[in-house]
Amino acid sequence: MATVEQGLPRLALGPVLYYWPRQMLLDFYERMSAAPLDIVYIGETVCSKRHALNTTDWLDLAERISATGKEVVLSTLALLEAESELKTLRRLCANGRFTVEANDMGAVHLLAAQGVPFVLGTGINVYNERTLGVLARLGAQRWVMPVELSRETLAAIQARRPAGVETEVFAYGRLPLAYSARCFTARYHDLPKDDCQYRCLDDPEGLTLSTRESQIFLTLNGIQTQSAQTCNLLAELADLRALGVDVLRLSPQPHDMETVIEAFAACRSGARDPREAAQALNAGLPHGACDGYWQGQPGLRQVAAAV
Amino acid sequence: MELVCPAGNLPSLKTAVDHGADAVYIGFRDDTNARHFPGLNFDAKAAEQGVRYAQTRGRRVFVALNTFPQPDGWARWQRAVDQAAELGVDAVIAADISVLDYACQRHPQLPLHLSVQGSATNYEAIRFYHERFGIRRVVLPRVLSLPQVRHVLDSSPVGIEVFGFGGLCIMVEGRCLLSSYVTGESPNMCGVCSPAKAVRWEETPRGLETRLGGLLIDRYEPDEPAGYPTLCKGRFMVGDQTYYAIEEPTSLNTLELLPELQAMGIAAIKIEGRQRSPAYVTQVTRVWRAAIDACRRNPAGYAPKPEWLRELGKVSEGHQTTLGAYHRTWQ
Repeated sequence: MATVEQGLPRLALGPVLYYWPRQMLLDFYERMSAAPLDIVYIGETVCSKRHALNTTDWLDLAERISATGKEVVLSTLALLEAESELKTLRRLCANGRFTVEANDMGAVHLLAAQGVPFVLGTGINVYNERTLGVLARLGAQRWVMPVELSRETLAAIQARRPAGVETEVFAYGRLPLAYSARCFTARYHDLPKDDCQYRCLDDPEGLTLSTRESQIFLTLNGIQTQSAQTCNLLAELADLRALGVDVLRLSPQPHDMETVIEAFAACRSGARDPREAAQALNAGLPHGACDGYWQGQPGLRQVAAAV
Repeated sequence: MELVCPAGNLPSLKTAVDHGADAVYIGFRDDTNARHFPGLNFDAKAAEQGVRYAQTRGRRVFVALNTFPQPDGWARWQRAVDQAAELGVDAVIAADISVLDYACQRHPQLPLHLSVQGSATNYEAIRFYHERFGIRRVVLPRVLSLPQVRHVLDSSPVGIEVFGFGGLCIMVEGRCLLSSYVTGESPNMCGVCSPAKAVRWEETPRGLETRLGGLLIDRYEPDEPAGYPTLCKGRFMVGDQTYYAIEEPTSLNTLELLPELQAMGIAAIKIEGRQRSPAYVTQVTRVWRAAIDACRRNPAGYAPKPEWLRELGKVSEGHQTTLGAYHRTWQ
């Protein structure tokens, strides 16, 4: 909670949004424990059928990562329907040890009733400082800005941000854009959702969707739809800092995550130029970068000029 | 079971009332509602006339203020809530917490419904809005199956309204940013999805092409009926397949589920389509009024009449209807 207006933003690793096999997840977090991260969000946020790690496994993992000196936050499901999903949610909210990230108002309800501080994830619609104020009074200590908001809107919210609330911005990764009851991965494989055969495991970065002119623009990740382009706000680091953003979220990808984290860390410490580092990262992206939302434009655009 | 019908203008409101709507929902002429389309919605005078027309006939009027204000627009939402209260409407349908909070503090006697844009898919979320803002009804997103609706209803502190007919959102409402990703404008921020100003229709040697924000949404053979390029209802490529990768262009129609919805204790059935014509409102209201009455009289003997389905088919997107998520296999 120690946030200084002119301080350097901390680096957070968002929850893994894809379905990775158990060993891949454990290996990934083993490596991330050694990375220059301040906060690590863990847990299943997309689909309750994904069971590489169960709730006890996630809590054990939280302890192990926490032992490396990082803040650990337990992220929760964005689309809650079944009673079994609420049961898992209740267990996470009552864990008594780690902060919880709410991604549904059901989670906010449970956390507020317990009187524990919590984080508002990208799944909670905070579009103005009044909403943030109401939720802060109920215990929200940090909010992740909805990804479709611009830097202008953020500046207006920051100017009247409730005291004691930290702001986190989704700064790197494929943008979470939509949730459905329908599973688009199962649909692609012509399988019913009830019998999806866990085909999300085939695609550790989701399935790429393009127009009939081969313009790639979305990623199908089970019931979640993401951007195909990777949002990268590293070039905006000075602006993010000037706006008083406390935390930058880096969303996990299966490849080169260390390179991404190191680039952000090096720019934060002043060892690298953010624009140069952003360009270097963007050059390696399979479907390009995007920063349109931040610039107040359609999200898929890349506006920041090339170096 | 209340029949809640859409009205994008005064003629639609009147025809909905005349043909048996128990309640009509409207929006004001700005981005405070999720059908912020050019030429649509109610200015102050039309709203007053509409409310009077409906209420003197014993029907109710709800005002949708269901978008999410950004800091610089707050005054519009505040004014809209005040205006709705002054009009004496029967409920405000809201989604944003600041709007609900303001309405509940400033106008404690103004009934509040949680909009479908509030994305409440479980009873814990509904309890939140009920305990904090005293909502009296919740409109469920069109993503729940019938057993899931029943489960929510069993533990819900407030009445449940479900969509019965009309355009179908495949994504959880209030949680879909696809439109702004491509066009810069979304339902949450601007009250529009796949806005008309971003649409292009082009005759090409390859066929009629529909574009949104420059992106090819669909291409039609000469004998294929072309549809509006709603982003999630285009034909796209995934792997080596070209198909409706997200959703077919169909409408929701739950006419055959009426007895189950009634037995379950659903408070209201909502018809989508404030952007549609008075003719649509007339046709849909007439059919649903007849169906609900028939179901109430004799639930066991109820079956949708072929002429009802025919009438609804005529006004459905792609002339096809689906049970949507209510039917479990759809999920």
